Amino acid sequence: MREVAAVFRRDFAAYFATPVAAVFLSVFLVLAAALPFQLGRFYELGQADLATFFAFHPWLYLFFVPAVAMRLWAEERKSGTLELLLTLPLSTAQAVAGKFLAAWTFVGLALTLTFPMWITVNYLGEPDNGAILAAYAGSFLMAGGFLAIGSCLSAATRSQVVAYVLSVAVGLLLLLAGHDLVLAALRAWAPAWLVDSVAALSFLTHFQAIARGVLDLADLLYFVLTIALWLAATAIVLDRGRSR
Amino acid sequence: MIEARSLTRRFGELTAVDDLSFAVAPGEVLGFLGPNGAGKTTTMRLLTGFLAPSSGEARVFGHDVERAPRQARAALGYLPEGAPAWEEMTVRELLAFVARVRGIAPAARRVRLDHVVERLGLAPVLDRRIETLSKGFRRRAGLAQAMLHDPAALVLDEPTDGLDPNQKHEVRGLIREMARDKVIIVSTHILEEVEAVCTRAIIIAGGRLVLDDTPQGLAARAGTDGPTAARIDAAFRALTAGAGHA
Repeated sequence: MREVAAVFRRDFAAYFATPVAAVFLSVFLVLAAALPFQLGRFYELGQADLATFFAFHPWLYLFFVPAVAMRLWAEERKSGTLELLLTLPLSTAQAVAGKFLAAWTFVGLALTLTFPMWITVNYLGEPDNGAILAAYAGSFLMAGGFLAIGSCLSAATRSQVVAYVLSVAVGLLLLLAGHDLVLAALRAWAPAWLVDSVAALSFLTHFQAIARGVLDLADLLYFVLTIALWLAATAIVLDRGRSR
Repeated sequence: MIEARSLTRRFGELTAVDDLSFAVAPGEVLGFLGPNGAGKTTTMRLLTGFLAPSSGEARVFGHDVERAPRQARAALGYLPEGAPAWEEMTVRELLAFVARVRGIAPAARRVRLDHVVERLGLAPVLDRRIETLSKGFRRRAGLAQAMLHDPAALVLDEPTDGLDPNQKHEVRGLIREMARDKVIIVSTHILEEVEAVCTRAIIIAGGRLVLDDTPQGLAARAGTDGPTAARIDAAFRALTAGAGHA
């Protein structure tokens, strides 16, 4: 635990010691607020809820979270600090957990800073605050999923650009698997069980279920397992690098 | 005690370290020599557990580096090649981080920090970011994190690289002083270092051990007269000529 906490603390501080935090937080917040207003016609819909706001989160994360995740391991490998970190008396799993939690907390901070949207809808009407809270939780879990994927792909390469592009590609696949366009195309010829299986793989399906305000254990479990699996894969990739 | 037992590491077709065996006891400073590409850094990485051996084993005070990595690493201080460190951290933050991971109690942390800062002359740069440091200070910051927990064994990959003559002299003095009760392995391609700090020298070429002797014994192999350093130089070239990887 001590080791995880130390790595967490170092990594979290690193975001604020570089321009990463300022650039990420400001651009993310501007887009998180501007997209629902501009593309989502948040205002014109005349509904005091955050459905349009959350509808953009999967797509925002698709491009933003890999930008946070790409540096996790690729940078350590390239600068040689991976050798310093992994020869300290801590396990690979502890290093993976510490770095992931730092990045997740950072993305969580960005998400928390969108609270003026919440205040706005409460000022304009009487939204279902329980549903909004559930959607925030779902959004945070989904961000963790994107982050865990990015962590694994960052561990597999020393190039941050490669890590970013691969993470976006895998994330896109996981989103599209639950998108109406893809599912409609599938329905035309595939049996229902296949369509449902593909949809069940997608971040989109599970996030939309949570964002509707329905906290189903299966949807939560889906994200928790996704995170656990990709983090385990991260540790395996790092350890394989030692013995290859 | 640091031991290598038939340590072997392959990278695909290339055998970087080939059946290497040696043991270093407290009080000894082992100079690890060889031409570039001889397998020095790979050996350091096998001893510290950054790389896993293809076969054979490394032990630190009896702890197998692969099977008991935590105990082995806890007993070890390591300066990796090129003294890598997180650029955005200050020297103080780097040392605080290493102290936390190593679980040095807060009270002892202060004492140890003061000690390494004083010994390595880091006081003027303690609150400067590592990215702004000169090569010499960066190397000394790397030495400081390796020495912080007062380890029983030190593995130093080119500890004086990039230091000016005065700094080299100081670091060598420091190594000699620490050697009294520690196991120290110093990888270097600077031959004068062998005479200055080492009690024993190992030469490897092409991943294989070619010589394990005292600096005096190494010098004697040159078969010529003259200053020890020049004779070590001649012996080194005779032993490693034509070896090493392209």
